[in-house]
Amino acid sequence: MSSTAVSARAKTGDTEETPLLQVRDLHVEFRTRDGVAKAVNGVNYSVRAGETLAILGESGSGKSVSSQAVMGILDSPPGFVTGGEILFKGRDLLKLSNEERRKVRGAQMAMVFQDALSSLNPVHTVGTQLGEMYRVHKGSSKKEAKLKAVELMERVGIPGAKERVNQYPHQFSGGMRQRVMIAMALALEPDLIIADEPTTALDVTVQAQVMELLGDLQREYDMGLILITHDLGVVADVADKIAVMYAGRIVETAPVHELYARPAHPYTRGLLDSIPRLDQKGQELYAIKGLPPNLLRIPSGCAFNPRCPMAQDICRSEVPPLHAVTEEDGRPLPGRGSACHFWKETLHG
Amino acid sequence: MPDQQPNKHNGVPEDSSTELSSAFPETPTLGAMGAQPLLDKEDLSHSAPQSAEAVGVTDREVARSLWQDAWRELRRNPVFLISGVLIVLLLLVAIWPGLFDSTSPLSCDLSKSQLGPTSGHPFGFDTQGCDVYARTIHGARASITVGVFATAGAALLGTLMGGLAGFFGGWIDAVISRIADIFFGIPILLGGLVFLSVIPSQSIWVVVGFIVVLGWPQIARIARGAVITAKQQDYVTAAQALGAGNSRMLLRHIMPNALAPIIVVATIALGTYISLEATLSYLGVGLKPPTVSWGIDISSAADTFRNAPHMLLFPAGALCITILAFIMLGDAVRDALDPKLR
Amino acid sequence: MGRYVIRRLLQMIPVFIGTTFIIFAMVHALGDPVNALFGDKAPDPAVAAQLRQSLGLNDPLWLQYLHYMRGIFTGDLGKTFSGEQVTSLLASAYPTTLKLTAVAFSIEVILGIGLGLVSGLRRGKSVDTLVMVFTLVVISIPVFVIGYVLQYLLGVKWGIVNATAGYGAPISDLILPGFVLASVSLAYVARLTRTTVAENSKADYVRTATAKGLPRRRVITHHLLRNSLIPVITFLGTDLGALMGGALVTERIFNIQGVGYWLYQGIVRQNTPTVVGFVTILVVVYLLANLLVDLLYAVLDPRIRYA
Repeated sequence: MSSTAVSARAKTGDTEETPLLQVRDLHVEFRTRDGVAKAVNGVNYSVRAGETLAILGESGSGKSVSSQAVMGILDSPPGFVTGGEILFKGRDLLKLSNEERRKVRGAQMAMVFQDALSSLNPVHTVGTQLGEMYRVHKGSSKKEAKLKAVELMERVGIPGAKERVNQYPHQFSGGMRQRVMIAMALALEPDLIIADEPTTALDVTVQAQVMELLGDLQREYDMGLILITHDLGVVADVADKIAVMYAGRIVETAPVHELYARPAHPYTRGLLDSIPRLDQKGQELYAIKGLPPNLLRIPSGCAFNPRCPMAQDICRSEVPPLHAVTEEDGRPLPGRGSACHFWKETLHG
Repeated sequence: MPDQQPNKHNGVPEDSSTELSSAFPETPTLGAMGAQPLLDKEDLSHSAPQSAEAVGVTDREVARSLWQDAWRELRRNPVFLISGVLIVLLLLVAIWPGLFDSTSPLSCDLSKSQLGPTSGHPFGFDTQGCDVYARTIHGARASITVGVFATAGAALLGTLMGGLAGFFGGWIDAVISRIADIFFGIPILLGGLVFLSVIPSQSIWVVVGFIVVLGWPQIARIARGAVITAKQQDYVTAAQALGAGNSRMLLRHIMPNALAPIIVVATIALGTYISLEATLSYLGVGLKPPTVSWGIDISSAADTFRNAPHMLLFPAGALCITILAFIMLGDAVRDALDPKLR
Repeated sequence: MGRYVIRRLLQMIPVFIGTTFIIFAMVHALGDPVNALFGDKAPDPAVAAQLRQSLGLNDPLWLQYLHYMRGIFTGDLGKTFSGEQVTSLLASAYPTTLKLTAVAFSIEVILGIGLGLVSGLRRGKSVDTLVMVFTLVVISIPVFVIGYVLQYLLGVKWGIVNATAGYGAPISDLILPGFVLASVSLAYVARLTRTTVAENSKADYVRTATAKGLPRRRVITHHLLRNSLIPVITFLGTDLGALMGGALVTERIFNIQGVGYWLYQGIVRQNTPTVVGFVTILVVVYLLANLLVDLLYAVLDPRIRYA
């Protein structure tokens, strides 16, 4: 898929003026025994209907926490949203009452989790758990709910749905369980699906099938999709645009293939360089030196500076804003941004 | 059904993807960065740099740091400090009751029968006219002796049996587990009532022996589980692959790691055994006079509780404080040794 | 499920034999076997002595055991020294104890799980601390001390309830004894529930349930509590033994003429047939209760049912 095709699709999905989801200056912190951990520090992104945004980052980068805040399932305490707006179809979710928020969850935005085995309740049948969506949100009868559950399971390609609807999660294989999770998210045909590492726990062949299913369903229902992952491979095939997170901030945004071709942030470049390649056989694999920062003590200035090969004094004193990235001649590159003081050097140098 | 085979779960995802990325090089992953032991969730406490130090340490270091961490945690815990001070005091009372009291618990004056607290006799007198304070002080020895020795015996026997069962598995496990089930099947108070009522001598050691006989299965179950868990750890498999002998494996690799849950259960059991001794003595099948014991005193004070509550309340108070001290200690130790609960 | 039940039943046979044999052996080896074996057939002590010499002590213990167990399964537990059938005594005493245990068990379940749930959901808050301190204190006080103190305060001093149970032990008279009997177990149940609730409230499937947009009440009842109760129910099963043992103490304090009361009288008067009969029956009930809990466990946790 070429980059022009990507942007074309993004445009056709954009029927309204306002994006489906717009996150503005989101701040989340965890108040722990050892201090306040700033997990998300001013994150901005938006997703349109039919569009796929991939949020890429390591553990502790804030990618999962920010999406949990959007979903409204942050463990609180210790987690608290301390600032920002989450505009979903024009409404700020943070201003809704708990009850209004609950009605949005599941019905209008749904989530697919990483580990389907632990994310499904072991003591209820798959059918009960799927049917629960209809029972609670639509007030369906038990019988109706079960029929709907079978329908859903067939839709996500689970063979023998009629019999398997009465089985328990542990009786399913990993891939089938993840299909159940997807079916559950899909149940009420939400406008937005957040998938948090949906394929990480799966075998590589199954990974592809599950991603394909997710992509197909997204197109069919014209849903917005936020894909949270640490796996650049998953991202490349499915996403329209990417936001790279580090220490609770977005450090780079770009349409997916542009990011691969020309990263504008040293961290992104480090990630790309640390991918093993066939043509580099025998060479030592590149690794970003150092460790992800402790969120209780985020380095001053740019959080990446202790690990950055390009770090200068300014990186230790000033937090870089998300610069709009342009070509060398000043032509704008739409959708691209980099939170690096030296983005020009990184991109063009 | 085709896909009903059990699936491995909880595997560290980064491991598998790194492994797979070498087989499918066009699949980009975070590659070398994945070498850091990332958790599937963004666990904040683990994103601290210290977690990297945990990479590549041996089991003995793990065990040692567990104890060090636990000790550090304990010293900061007020529950531990309070219960610790109480227990030291109680041990002193049990070993040298003379330090706290000069009157003999057996020299009694019937004319003072059931008199309330007076000066010099802060706890008053019992029906026989004995000084309740003296009897309370001297009663500590029986309770604490039973508690400490019964726990030690049950812990040793239980750890041995449970350790053997867990380590060797197979028919040894089956036999030991069944035997444990049999003793577990006897409700401890009922068993005490039957066993102790048919044994004519009621020395402290008979009661200790009885509690050990019925108490060890509880520890054995914990020990068995802990040993099985420890046995499945990678470093133990590694030690086995390197040809470590059975006894060496058990003593140097498995036991240090299986010990924590055993200690926790044993400490809490100590408090309950003291309570059990008192209850048995109360029912008339535990310790018997002339042994001085809180249980006996509470039992004999029970009939006159309405007229002379002090006779019951003082030894009962001492008993409760002792049990409380040991249970609090057990609680604190558990909190310190089980990082999951922090 | 069927295979699981059969396996549990098979495992139970050696336990049942072993447990009853130990009790039997203890009493008969250390006490006077003639009293139990021939108590009903030999009202004349001289004949008993003769029989003891010719048969009783020469019979191997296991044979005596078999003989006795046959008696149990045919409903013959021998006679007490006063000539009463042990079975008829049991029949008159058991309903009372059953009532007491039922009251205690209900209190234990309702209060224990309730306190544990509240505490586990509000971990670290003042309610939690209060429950933890309360349960710790209750665990530390032996049941008979709690019994006397509450009997004195509620029954004698304030006169809120009857200090001792009246004739036939009506339920209203059993509430205080039931509470006393349940006290320690209740504290354990509360603590166990708190731990499992606190642990499970962080579980992924609870997060999923929240993400599905279920109301909080449904998340707690259908997902959190349903899973948290599995270990609690196991504990409740093994705890039935403690309750029946504890009934000895409680019935003595409140003068309730149940199994514990008669058992205690039997021990005081060295009435071996009563003791062995009652204890064997209690152990059998206990083992059956454990089996029932095992099966319930399988019903509650499908992972075991289909293992």
